[in-house]
Amino acid sequence: MQFDQSKCSVLKGFVTIKDGCAHVVPAAAVDLYFCSVSPGPCGGRLSTRTMLGRTLREVSAALKQGHITPTELCQKCLSIIKKTKFLNAYITVSEEVALKQAEESEKRYKKGHSLGDLDGIPIAVKDNFSTSGIETTCASNMLRGKGYVPPYNATVVQKLLDQGALLMGKTNLDEFAMGSGSTDGVFGPVKNPWSYSKQYREKRKQKSHCENEDSNWLITGGSSGGSAAAVSAFTCFAALGSDTGGSTRNPAAHCGLVGLKPSYGLVSRHGLIPLVNSMDVPGILTRCVDDAAIVLGVLAGHDPKDSTTIQDPVKPFVLPSLTDVSKLCIGIPKEYLTPELSSEVRSLWSKAANLFESEGAKVIEVSLPHTSYSIVCYHVLCTSEVASNMARFDGLEYGHRCDIDVSTEAMYAATRREGFNDVVRGRILSGNFFLLKENYENYFVKAQKVRRLIANDFVTVFNSGVDVLLTPTTLSEAVPYTEFIKEDNRTRSAQDDIFTQAANMAGLPAVSVPMALSNQGLPIGLQFIGRAFCDQELLTIAKWFEKQVQFPVIQLQELMDDCSSVFENEKLASVSLKQ
Amino acid sequence: MAAPMLRLCCPGRRWALACIDGCSRHRRGAPNGCTSSRRRGQSSVAQQPFITAQKPRKGEHEWAAVVGLEIHAQISSKSKLFSGSQVHFAAPPNSLVSFFDASLPGTLPVLNRRCVEAAVMTGLALNCRINKKSLFDRKHYFYADLPAGYQITQQRLPIAVNGSLVYSFCAGKNRSQVINKTARVKQIQLEQDSGKSLHDDLRSQTLIDLNRAEGQLRVDANISVHHPGEPLGVRTEVKNLNSARFLAKAIDYEIQRQINELENGGEILNETRSFDSKLGCTIPMRDKEGKQDYRFMPEPNLPPLLLYDTESLPAGADPQQVIDIDRIREQLPELPSVTREKLVQQYGMLPEHSFTLLNEVGLLEFFQNVMKETRAEPKKVTSWVLNTLLGFLKQQNLAVSESPVTPSALAELLNLLDRKAISSSAAKQVFEELWRNEGKTPAQIVSEKKLELMQDQEALEQLCHAVMEGHPQVVMDVKKGNPRAINKLIGLVRKATLSRADPTVIKEILEKKLAS
Repeated sequence: MQFDQSKCSVLKGFVTIKDGCAHVVPAAAVDLYFCSVSPGPCGGRLSTRTMLGRTLREVSAALKQGHITPTELCQKCLSIIKKTKFLNAYITVSEEVALKQAEESEKRYKKGHSLGDLDGIPIAVKDNFSTSGIETTCASNMLRGKGYVPPYNATVVQKLLDQGALLMGKTNLDEFAMGSGSTDGVFGPVKNPWSYSKQYREKRKQKSHCENEDSNWLITGGSSGGSAAAVSAFTCFAALGSDTGGSTRNPAAHCGLVGLKPSYGLVSRHGLIPLVNSMDVPGILTRCVDDAAIVLGVLAGHDPKDSTTIQDPVKPFVLPSLTDVSKLCIGIPKEYLTPELSSEVRSLWSKAANLFESEGAKVIEVSLPHTSYSIVCYHVLCTSEVASNMARFDGLEYGHRCDIDVSTEAMYAATRREGFNDVVRGRILSGNFFLLKENYENYFVKAQKVRRLIANDFVTVFNSGVDVLLTPTTLSEAVPYTEFIKEDNRTRSAQDDIFTQAANMAGLPAVSVPMALSNQGLPIGLQFIGRAFCDQELLTIAKWFEKQVQFPVIQLQELMDDCSSVFENEKLASVSLKQ
Repeated sequence: MAAPMLRLCCPGRRWALACIDGCSRHRRGAPNGCTSSRRRGQSSVAQQPFITAQKPRKGEHEWAAVVGLEIHAQISSKSKLFSGSQVHFAAPPNSLVSFFDASLPGTLPVLNRRCVEAAVMTGLALNCRINKKSLFDRKHYFYADLPAGYQITQQRLPIAVNGSLVYSFCAGKNRSQVINKTARVKQIQLEQDSGKSLHDDLRSQTLIDLNRAEGQLRVDANISVHHPGEPLGVRTEVKNLNSARFLAKAIDYEIQRQINELENGGEILNETRSFDSKLGCTIPMRDKEGKQDYRFMPEPNLPPLLLYDTESLPAGADPQQVIDIDRIREQLPELPSVTREKLVQQYGMLPEHSFTLLNEVGLLEFFQNVMKETRAEPKKVTSWVLNTLLGFLKQQNLAVSESPVTPSALAELLNLLDRKAISSSAAKQVFEELWRNEGKTPAQIVSEKKLELMQDQEALEQLCHAVMEGHPQVVMDVKKGNPRAINKLIGLVRKATLSRADPTVIKEILEKKLAS
């Protein structure tokens, strides 16, 4: 009964739901849509409009009302995928699968048997989720070597497909999701679409003189950077990431998206190739909070194949539009005010706090005293589980196998040396060290105890009446790749996960919501952390915040210069979102 | 052993039952030299044994041996411990392998309820304390038939602990003295089985079968010797013993080997060894030289296993979601020690017979079914079941359920015997006929083979008379007082009746006639 509101007192008794009227389209969200140039079957629908810049919810309404067909939408997204190939967002584009799914979806719409909000919606999936019949690489030579094709779908993938979603492809990541930049995978780094946005380019022109534009592209953050870039560049309407220490929220913040890490146990991990089983959660990347709620509603619930998922039934997610925040209590953890935090993020953070306060919410400083131990504790627990989880990649059954065959042991060693990158091997070595009999008590057990203390910090704060915590998601906006690679993966991960990874340690739901653009014209997101299994309440508050801040839509006209003529600044008056 | 490894899988489910007991067998004798060597050796938790037993021998420096057993027993269940794939004996290799069993990335273990219930029931039967909360751990090692690189087991907090098993054995001249001993059970744990390696030396290949639903029992024995009063010796572990007979042989051999080694100034290495049943000796396992660090870690994909009893059962709990220890206790069948006691009480059976009756699957039920339908004495029935029936079964290597003689047939046969319709030797003949299983009843066989005892007193007297007439010398011997001579006459009369007369009746008639 995790969603029984009586247990989640956050919004108990004071949720004000608007009169059932649908979400109002933010004005800023409509400046990107263009005409379909492919004539419809009757040859007369030249003006069919598709709204690639729009939200999932909006495009879903358009599909239902017949303003666009799933096939048209799919083809549009495929063409954007091709145009944005240089972003390196996708490892595999499953064009044929997507078109086939679109065809089937179209048949359903024609018969009036749509499967729901996701029917016909293009989505992308991080390449560490198993997809039946579609190669799954984890951006590692280990699986890519022989082309590992899973014989089954991850539960979350299956649930999306069961709802009629179109799988556009598998997105890029750091090898086995180990990293915070999406720069350390075997397929190369992912480029942040904002590097090519009008907003960023204009600011750069003002500042820099004649820097080489192309060498200064920005990282997406990671490790779900491919999924973030895919949604941000309009190649799909939602994407699955995974979140172990911030891997969904971090790239969401850098790419101007909503990045949701649900409560641990709310969404099945079956089929997600694990990083840290006790912290991994499938993440959701979308353009707005409502979209994240729609996807979460589809994914959430018990899975008999994952014993760590909740047993209780989950009700469908419908986010009320909060109009009154006066009874909310927002906690600001003082430990999150670190010297490394950029002044811009810091000021936006306090601006957000002020916004809540000015609307009548109670905003208080709270303490999470064990925060500073979180990173080192995470390091021990993460590497230990990594050492264990990676043991199955031995070259025998699937994936890469070396040519050495003098002995099984020699074959294991060479296979693993060739198959894993330095980051993965480094974590395996550390983890095995921590798990040695002589070290287990001093490292692993201690780290588990610290983890408990960190989780208890949150319990204490929430028990004191705080409904939700408001924190930064990242230290700063996205940095150029050339800057990013100056430090090694471990240092960067430690820095970049600082605000996000405690929520994983405690299993709490957390969402990054884009707030504003930095002086450089780049997105900055803030994070809300909620009580365990109060994901709906968390998203309700996030939705209110989203509506207040009116974050601008990325302007990618230059990126898509060859189709700039079809970009129109015209509102889609014909699409009604009432259902 | 490089290379093409067929690796499909099904780590099966089994629990390791670590029980600890003393052992005192030690005699002299040089171990045979062993040359063959085996590969494989997946190791497991070695138990430190606690009990020592000693039996000093004259003229010898005293040695005491300590033995701890780790018993792997397969749970009789329809599907595997952590996956939905089925369990079948002798299924084709790798035919019962789920994605989880094959350790495909992203798959997760799901605990099988039936296996948990079986473990609880075993724990109760072995007087264990059932842990209401138990945990699963990963035990890591690299081996080709361990596809995940770790085995899920219960190292830190197993499902049942601190039990005991009282067992008896017969000693003394006639094996009539029953001695009770207690083996302590340290823990019972649910454990995933690894796959099975099949080494093809000719082609230098190792083939892997991940079904792993075979071998009902596998025992690892930890053995050490020491002088009483001194610290325990270094132990060796003899792995993968698959029968009680080999287990006993391996332990005997290993104790003696260690004693010889130490007496010759050698030292015992802490190593794993295998037992060569052909040569009757233990040999070191090649790939187990160094001490393994299994890097145990909690299994993060399985929440703690919580068990309840009637008191702690949460109100309104879904019976499908919880396991109630008290309910399992109610379902516990009568334990063998109780059954044996009852047999002794009810039928005046010798304790050693009660053991035999229970040790053979189905034999007790057979016995009881015979008892239901016969008027014969329990002692008679016991003797026929344990000697005749079991003898025939053993000779042809058959299970009780495969016996061609049904309990009803045996009961009818014993009734004939009981009312002296046939002689004992005729009864044996009838049994042999029944064993041939030609669909005839004992009565039919008796009638066809004319095996019924001669009931005609007059005819019998005539026969006796004729025999006496024909053997005057023997009659003379009797009359001279040779007591054995009458037996000869009895034998001759029986022969004349084609063994169909009761010897006691013959004896009576002869005595009467001789006395007259």
